[in-house]
Amino acid sequence: MTNTRYRQIKDKAFFYTVCAITAITMIPLISIIWELIKKGIKHINFSFFTEVAPSTLDAMLAKTAGEGMPGGIANGIVGTLLIVSVASLIAIPIGVLAGVQLAEKANSKFSHAIRFTAELLNGVPSIVLGIIAYAWVVRPITGGYSALAGSLALAIMMLPLIIRSTEESIKMLPTSLKEASLALGASYATTTIKIILPSAMSGMFTGILLSISRVMGETAPLILTALGSSVISLDLSKPSSAVPLLIWEFYNDPYLIDMIWSSSLFLLGLILLFNITAKQISKKWKTQ
Amino acid sequence: MKDRALKIGLLVSGTIVLLIMGGIVFTLMSGALPTIKEYGLSFIFSSEWNPNPDREQYGALPFIMGTLMTSFLALLLCIPLSFPIALFTGEYFKGTKAASFISTMVDLLAGIPSIVYGLWGFYTLRPLMVELGLSQQGFGVFTSALVLTIMIIPYATSLSSEFIRMVPNDIKEAAFAMGATRFEVIKKVIFPAAGSGIFASYILALGRALGETMAVTMLIGNVNAIPMGLFDSGNTMASVIANQFGEADGLKLSSLITIGLLLFLLTAIVNSLGRLIIKKLSA
Repeated sequence: MTNTRYRQIKDKAFFYTVCAITAITMIPLISIIWELIKKGIKHINFSFFTEVAPSTLDAMLAKTAGEGMPGGIANGIVGTLLIVSVASLIAIPIGVLAGVQLAEKANSKFSHAIRFTAELLNGVPSIVLGIIAYAWVVRPITGGYSALAGSLALAIMMLPLIIRSTEESIKMLPTSLKEASLALGASYATTTIKIILPSAMSGMFTGILLSISRVMGETAPLILTALGSSVISLDLSKPSSAVPLLIWEFYNDPYLIDMIWSSSLFLLGLILLFNITAKQISKKWKTQ
Repeated sequence: MKDRALKIGLLVSGTIVLLIMGGIVFTLMSGALPTIKEYGLSFIFSSEWNPNPDREQYGALPFIMGTLMTSFLALLLCIPLSFPIALFTGEYFKGTKAASFISTMVDLLAGIPSIVYGLWGFYTLRPLMVELGLSQQGFGVFTSALVLTIMIIPYATSLSSEFIRMVPNDIKEAAFAMGATRFEVIKKVIFPAAGSGIFASYILALGRALGETMAVTMLIGNVNAIPMGLFDSGNTMASVIANQFGEADGLKLSSLITIGLLLFLLTAIVNSLGRLIIKKLSA
């Protein structure tokens, strides 16, 4: 009998350990979010969104005069939107079409090669993609650091996720859908564009939003490509700022250090917005 | 007509994906060529990193060691944390609100940008290290590994939870019917059944840790020497590229690209190994 008792105690002890460790692991998450809100929220005001990042001198003067931190992160916000939009424009068409290829010709040699490559691509460290974009765009095309190079690095990061989500959402459609369309005399292209893609839309859209949220906070590849800029610029061939790049600049400048928390809070909020929207869409779609 | 256009579109986009991969390998190799010509294999085993023009000499050993030490330590620390979470979401509270709450929280961890982890490590974790007297300034291998641990938990957890959930109910029920406790079912049924899947998810998490850049760059201390202990400063392959790429040219640039190539190969091998195990399991 004591043996049974011992086993039951061991069972309970293990269960409580599992629960305790799960709870403990949540501490860093709460700590990070709490830290960002506590230190960052007071710096977020109207000029935070409309003015460019202050120069070291401006920040120094304001500090010695005892005023609040001047300026905002408008150049970073515009830069992030620009770089991520262009990255999406590059990655979405290629990723969706490659995904269609994988779903339609699942077992061809070509598809196997693409699937293998996409998996490999998914694991390439972002800093390596920074080197690649530097070699492909910064030196030969734009002749210097540029937003376009940053977009290319991020686009390559986005591709695997878009390819896989497209493939998987198309594969989940019933074959009868495709057969019905073909039986009605619709061509292969019409079936794909008017029937398959719209039906798989929500799954694909989830994948696209997730891939955007994944690259939005990337800093390392942008340091090697977009570099950063103190002005708002929409020129793809010029260096551009981005919110993560600004955080990196603020972190390295003792006079601007106060701005890191508000910028990080904003960046995290933006990423979570995309992330949660994506999950919401996929949830809605699954219950239908 | 339209059919052909679509077919060409599919062919072109697929080819682009293949070309990108080929291009990455080609670009890294051709960039690394001057270094390989100069040093050959000894580049990997030399710990001298000296950009001084008079005694220019490059070796990658300190960075390789830094990357391996931080990543494997992170993996080691990650296992006892993520296995219980995977059990929590995949077994104990499978399908309940509690499980989906925890999964959401873990997903949130994956959404936090690397640079924010770096800030948190610098301003929260590092002072803690100093206070505990573990190291003088709080930088170093251990601090970096600790932040890496938290960063890779989501990758290790979500996949291994999936494998735990996939263990068929009948074999669990068979064990319960014999009078086994839950702990015994986990130890003797779930773990043997899902073990290799769990192992694969840890390998994939290791792949993530190897390539992490910003958080580690902010915490490792950026010293170009092999770390002599857990609390010693160092540099990783990713962080030396992030730190020194901007002002580099000539042999130094080539050496940094070579480090990029090595990092690429290392992550590719680790990730392929993880994928291979998963493929074997699902086949």
